[in-house]
Amino acid sequence: MTDECVGAERLGELLQPIIDGHGGDPGMLVQILREAQEALGYLPAAALTAIARAVGLPRARVEGVAGFYSFLHLQPVGRYRVLFSDNITDHMLGSVELMDRLCNRLWIERGKVSEDGLVSVDTTSCTGLCDQGPALLVNGRAMTRMSAERIDRISEMIRAELPLDDWPREYFRIEDNIRRRDALLNTCWPAGEALRAALARGPEAMLAEMRTSNLRGRGGAGFTTYIKWESARRAPCRGEPPERYIVCNADEGEPGTFKDRVLLSSYTDLLFDGMSVAGFTIGATRGLLYLRGEYAYLLPALRENLARRRRDGLLGTALCGQDGVCFDIEIHVGAGAYVCGEESALLESLEGKRGVPRIRPPFPVTVGYRGQPTVVNNVETLCKAALIAVNGGAWFAGLGTKQSTGTKLLSISGDVEMPGIYDYPFGVSVAQVLNECGAGNAQAVQISGPSGTCLGMHEFSRHVAFEDVPTAGAFMVFGAHRDMFEVARNFAHFFAHESCGFCTPCRVGTSLVANCMDKIADGHGSQYDINEIFKIHRLLHVASHCGLGQSACNPLFDTLNKFRPAYERRLRSLDFEPAFDLDQALAAARQMTGRDDPAAHFGLAARVPGVTT
Amino acid sequence: MTQQSILLDGLPVPFEEGQTIMDAAMAAEIFIPHLCHHPEFKPQGSCKLCTVKASGRYVSACTMPARDGMEVENNSPDLNDKRRTMLQMLFVEGNHFCPSCEKSGNCMLQALAYELEMLSPHFNQFYPNRPLDASHPQVLLDFNRCILCELCVRASRDVDGKHVFSLSGRGITKHLIVNAESGRLADTDFSLTDKAAHVCPVGVILEKRKGFAVPIGQRRYDVDPIGMQVERLAHRTTTEEEI
Amino acid sequence: MEAVVQNRKLRLATTSLAGCFGCHMAFLDIDERLLDLVERVDFDRSPLTDIKQCGACDIGLIEGGICNAENIHVLQEFRRQCKVLIAIGACAVNGGLPAQRNHLSLGQCLQEVYLTWPGIVSGQIPNDPELPLPLDKVHPIHEIVRIDYFIPGCPPSGDAIWKFLTDLLDGRTPRLGHPLLHFD
Ligand SMILES: Cc1cc2nc3c(=O)[nH]c(=O)nc-3n(C[C@H](O)[C@H](O)[C@H](O)COP(=O)(O)O)c2cc1C
Ligand code: SF4
Ligand code: SF4
Ligand code: SF4
Ligand code: FES
Ligand code: FES
Repeated sequence: MTDECVGAERLGELLQPIIDGHGGDPGMLVQILREAQEALGYLPAAALTAIARAVGLPRARVEGVAGFYSFLHLQPVGRYRVLFSDNITDHMLGSVELMDRLCNRLWIERGKVSEDGLVSVDTTSCTGLCDQGPALLVNGRAMTRMSAERIDRISEMIRAELPLDDWPREYFRIEDNIRRRDALLNTCWPAGEALRAALARGPEAMLAEMRTSNLRGRGGAGFTTYIKWESARRAPCRGEPPERYIVCNADEGEPGTFKDRVLLSSYTDLLFDGMSVAGFTIGATRGLLYLRGEYAYLLPALRENLARRRRDGLLGTALCGQDGVCFDIEIHVGAGAYVCGEESALLESLEGKRGVPRIRPPFPVTVGYRGQPTVVNNVETLCKAALIAVNGGAWFAGLGTKQSTGTKLLSISGDVEMPGIYDYPFGVSVAQVLNECGAGNAQAVQISGPSGTCLGMHEFSRHVAFEDVPTAGAFMVFGAHRDMFEVARNFAHFFAHESCGFCTPCRVGTSLVANCMDKIADGHGSQYDINEIFKIHRLLHVASHCGLGQSACNPLFDTLNKFRPAYERRLRSLDFEPAFDLDQALAAARQMTGRDDPAAHFGLAARVPGVTT
Repeated sequence: MTQQSILLDGLPVPFEEGQTIMDAAMAAEIFIPHLCHHPEFKPQGSCKLCTVKASGRYVSACTMPARDGMEVENNSPDLNDKRRTMLQMLFVEGNHFCPSCEKSGNCMLQALAYELEMLSPHFNQFYPNRPLDASHPQVLLDFNRCILCELCVRASRDVDGKHVFSLSGRGITKHLIVNAESGRLADTDFSLTDKAAHVCPVGVILEKRKGFAVPIGQRRYDVDPIGMQVERLAHRTTTEEEI
Repeated sequence: MEAVVQNRKLRLATTSLAGCFGCHMAFLDIDERLLDLVERVDFDRSPLTDIKQCGACDIGLIEGGICNAENIHVLQEFRRQCKVLIAIGACAVNGGLPAQRNHLSLGQCLQEVYLTWPGIVSGQIPNDPELPLPLDKVHPIHEIVRIDYFIPGCPPSGDAIWKFLTDLLDGRTPRLGHPLLHFD
């Protein structure tokens, strides 16, 4: 971290190696900006100009990209930048109070850098540590299980300007918390097992196994993996050099989801095997792993693993000694944008652009990364492809249900005794899962995160499967004492914060809805606002450009239907109420004029002389 | 080969391979509301005003390729309601005080509001703070009215080859920026002769000392509603966008 | 019940809040049709009458947005008394010109105007209890109470107002098409 005003020369010295490290490729802009920020603390205007010149992009393009991602800063930030994970599960574990506590200890206001530039404290979207929250990031490094005691210690260490490396290791410990093993989590093969199996089968036979397996994508949409692979394999390559790509979606941004984190940490070889199998099968020689910025702490281990695989002939040319079979993997790190989990936004980000979802058609399988046929698959999907390479499609199809074959990892958090990762065959009932994770008095489960479904008690007999309750893995449990309105309000703010802003309905609608929820929370709500939420839901659901906007109102819609009293008890009238406090709107004028007479007030205060606000 | 066609509100409308629903409708002089679409530029699909229902699904007419036999619903109460709501969103998101706007009467946002009988902004105003940029000798930028349609971005990038405009921020804080470290238009290579100087459908990019040349009441959309100007819209060129 | 519109004379009230009276002038622009109108409505509180307190009315017409405490009191009174409340003019509809102060802080504005403006010697911010206190922000009226109809324009034309009112009086949903609907 350096001083704010780095001289032009020094700036060049710091930036050059970073830019050279990426061959001056404008397609690597997001990576370059991330690393530049690591070197400079933030991205001052002069640095953007220098980077733009060096990679041959218009400056405004570079600024536009830097301005898109939450973790890239155009203004100075604290030398210690603390970001509390803002998921509802963190709230339930006390994160809001802990953040206030830290702010008080450090004498700072949330969201503002302290005057000496030492520290800033703010929130960030779910960091994927819901099973060991409250969690936070300090200068991008994940910390878990925060408590009042830890927060006090952290405030001391920050004030003493203790380097992060000297903080207690314990604070940075991240557990896998694997609670139930099944087909996927039971595997413990040596690296390359699945790749060798696929090579032995040959691409056509591997594809046939995929078809037999009926594997469907684990990232949310549930698209049949075989069809994706087959389409990309058949699609003509268009660019120079002709190429196909396998992209692993490790953006895992859906609040409440953390199963990919565990696969990335402890099933790394299975994942890289899966990517290699996919590459071999569709005729791709390059794989890209898009790792969410929050998981950057996994980078050293992942890179080490790749290096080992290269040494062992599991990556590079002549895979497993077979001439002509080439595949290598590189890792791109995201910079704080949930929308980049959407596959076409992810491709834009991989190409160094703002993470804005593309117009579809065409789909990535025909026009993907750098215009070439590309398969984008979730981490878990690729791990399952590795299982299929070894055990065959029929074995896989024998697990789960007919339409939802195989097992599914659930990331369970919230009001349960044993939060963590559970591997279940598809078709398991919600009730059984609740029972086994120790959810004593659940009133609701949010399945597949905010963009998924909120189930009430009367629906616990339903089944986790594409044909009933589909899921990308999140399973957040809310006990009877929880306020489902606050749950929905948290989700509404999540979507408003994460909307990419491309299309009108989502850009404006998500903010309108978040404001509406705040209005109700502040005691200014009325039936009118409830109707507004429904109206905006109907619009966003159909007119938004991508899945984010389309599902942004789902949690409100569900909770309004299933937990309506949580809203109603907050309403002030059945008719209409203004969004702000009338009396408070006069406070500034009272202060300026020094008046406090009854006419200087609204409401009750107006009738009680001498009462001030 | 027989002529391919879509059924637009029940009417057969022919199209050529590669045309979108919007292209086909415009060629047939049928109006589909739009803001970010412009016949001279690559479709963008962001304003969503052109949302139609094709084969039962809501899609953007300006980006959706036409398919033979596709049934498209366009001028229906449901769609016009949704479009009106999106217009209201655009109005409250920025600061639109038409009485003091030079573009009034020539503005597509306003004209669509008339066309869809939008009588009020309905939602609570955001009243964002967006300072003007008056640095350029010939052109004023009033960001208060920007609807983020990216026409200026596309014109400058694809036609002028200059990349004067770009977008930064995201979500509700998304905003237009110019290509200069100072952030000022005067420090870019922008010129009044650029295409980008003449594409803005609303009152952001304004030539200085030229406003109100045509009196209010006699301007483009004062004279005829936008829905009756499809032919002009289909063949418009950017130079004609000048007030 | 007979299917005819009842002939009772309706009561109409009007007021100007944070507006410029432009809309009231426009109202008078309906000219000789005003005579037809008084055949069908009685005026309650309005700058056109001398009634100071709004009684029970059928229709209330509000010009101007909300910039101070008194505006809110009057608006709330109108909402209580009028069955149908209509926002008339740009300022009532979206705050209009006065709302262009909204990105400034009220404190700064008062300071500027009364204390630091060039030429002001020993200025003071007026604090007479008779004066309504300004709100921190200017609002369109639909942000304070429920509004039933809107007639935009700065001001709307006499023809637009006439069309709107006659639609309403005749029991049709009021509609303003081209060229009566305009925002400028
Ligand atoms: C807003 C949004 C966020 C998404 N986030 C993720 C994600 O974090 N991880 C993921 O695998 N898929 C995510 N998806 C789904 C991807 O678009 C895509 O369907 C998936 O990566 C395909 O992989 P699969 O077929 O293996 O599931 C997201 C989709 C949307 C609309
Ligand atoms: S729906 Fe939201 S996230 Fe998706 S493109 Fe539109 S603005 Fe962006
Ligand atoms: S840009 Fe159009 S809508 Fe906005 S103020 Fe100007 S005329 Fe009105
Ligand atoms: S300045 Fe005009 S053309 Fe450019 S994005 Fe804004 S509204 Fe569109
Ligand atoms: S005109 Fe189609 S989305 Fe804007
Ligand atoms: S007061 Fe009538 S338009 Fe502003």
